[in-house]
Amino acid sequence: MARKSMKSRSRSKPKRPSSRPSSRQSKTAAGSPGRRANTHGDLLLVATRKGAWLYKGNRSLKQWRADGPHFLGHIIHHLVLDPRDGKTLLAAASTGHLGPTIFRSTDLGRSWQEASRPPAFAKASKEGEGRTVKHTFWLTPAHKDEPGVWYAGTSPQGLFRSEDGGLSWEAFSGVNDDPQYRGWMGSEQDGTPDGPKMHSIIVDPRDPAHLYFAMSSGGVHETLDGGKRWRPLVEGLEVVAGFDADNLAFHDPHCVRLCPSNPDRLYQQNHCGIYRLDRPSAVWKRVGKAMPENVGDIGFPIVVHPRDDAVAWVLPMDGQTVWPRTCIDGEPAVYRTQDGGRSWKRLAQGLPKSQAWWTVKRQAMAVDGGNPVGIYFGTTSGELWASSNEGKSWNCIARHLPEIYAVETGKTN
Amino acid sequence: MVAAGPVEVSIASPLVSYTGADKVEALGGTLGDLLNDLDARFPGIRFRMIDEQDRIRKHIRVFINGEQVQDLGHGVRPADQVCIVQALSGG
Repeated sequence: MARKSMKSRSRSKPKRPSSRPSSRQSKTAAGSPGRRANTHGDLLLVATRKGAWLYKGNRSLKQWRADGPHFLGHIIHHLVLDPRDGKTLLAAASTGHLGPTIFRSTDLGRSWQEASRPPAFAKASKEGEGRTVKHTFWLTPAHKDEPGVWYAGTSPQGLFRSEDGGLSWEAFSGVNDDPQYRGWMGSEQDGTPDGPKMHSIIVDPRDPAHLYFAMSSGGVHETLDGGKRWRPLVEGLEVVAGFDADNLAFHDPHCVRLCPSNPDRLYQQNHCGIYRLDRPSAVWKRVGKAMPENVGDIGFPIVVHPRDDAVAWVLPMDGQTVWPRTCIDGEPAVYRTQDGGRSWKRLAQGLPKSQAWWTVKRQAMAVDGGNPVGIYFGTTSGELWASSNEGKSWNCIARHLPEIYAVETGKTN
Repeated sequence: MVAAGPVEVSIASPLVSYTGADKVEALGGTLGDLLNDLDARFPGIRFRMIDEQDRIRKHIRVFINGEQVQDLGHGVRPADQVCIVQALSGG
């Protein structure tokens, strides 16, 4: 049991969830013009350090209507629309002072219900030994044949599953308490500044039992049998110079994406470069070596084309010396490959030309299903940028938001 | 053990969204019982204060009759004043 169950002996009607969305809405002109096939999403889901916003685009995506803040003051790590029903939202929330939780909406944010049992580690038999979920970091809807099933990754690293649409969560598989995996997770000192994380939980669209996840730190892992057995998938990945690549605790994948058009191809933005993996091979190839030498291949987000497995986009950052985690030279640019990583092209039209010192977190870049593909990213300085032409040009949808933690796209029903 | 009557509990302002009031009554012979009772009526409130290892979270303080309590097994009587406070930190 992850934590004690609470038997209800209700004497009064339960109150509303701990935070409710604001009804404030405002229009914002943005998005670049252009005819796009009507397969794009119409919703941007923006999770920030101080709450969540939904941006609803009109048919041409030239204008976006801001709906928010939802949960003002809460740290929202991830906000995801269930693509299986087009209306269920899950929000991973915490505050600076209260424990973490999950909120669910089945009416696109008009009302929210709090999880009765958020992700939580098992209670330890000995005092002082148990781990505590600091926050849920990553949310992934399960396979389309498993409606209502979700996966969650936490900080510190933990893997959880819900089978009731996100209302109650249980530890999934034995990863959380497996001694070998616990060793690879390292201590909290080994994690990122915001805490070690489990992320990039990926479901093979062909097989609900074939899953991947990544840990910062702890490497990339795969199961073929629905979580009964996991195996590391780190061959070919580099680690920081001086550390032992055979020790998974030193592997730091930042973001892993599977190509929807070819589920046998994955791309990864790692602490030590950009990689591609073509299954059944288990050896990652560092394709970031083809990035311009003065830019390098360090960053956090990576996104892939929904219909072309040769196309991916990254947003590099300064990973030199003390890791400033800013745009390189204060000149932000997206880089795109159209040949599987053999070459990369700088795409910066419309982005600031200088003195822009923000960066983009691993969850804060997303693509839609449009043709051409729409690309979106949110910055640590609270700007939301969009390209409706696969990155050729960029427009700022919103400014002055809190630090953006995650951006997702969605298509409502 | 359950106290003979309800105990008045002051609720920290960030948690009032659960209870709808800054003072509520709860039943229980220990602090842990009180929190369980609150959670049964206001689902989710306990986990925001108490982690899965049954530790009071870092920024939550509980006072009983003005004395800080850290043990969920601490006894509570109906006349006691229980106060749940969020300790502020940061600039």
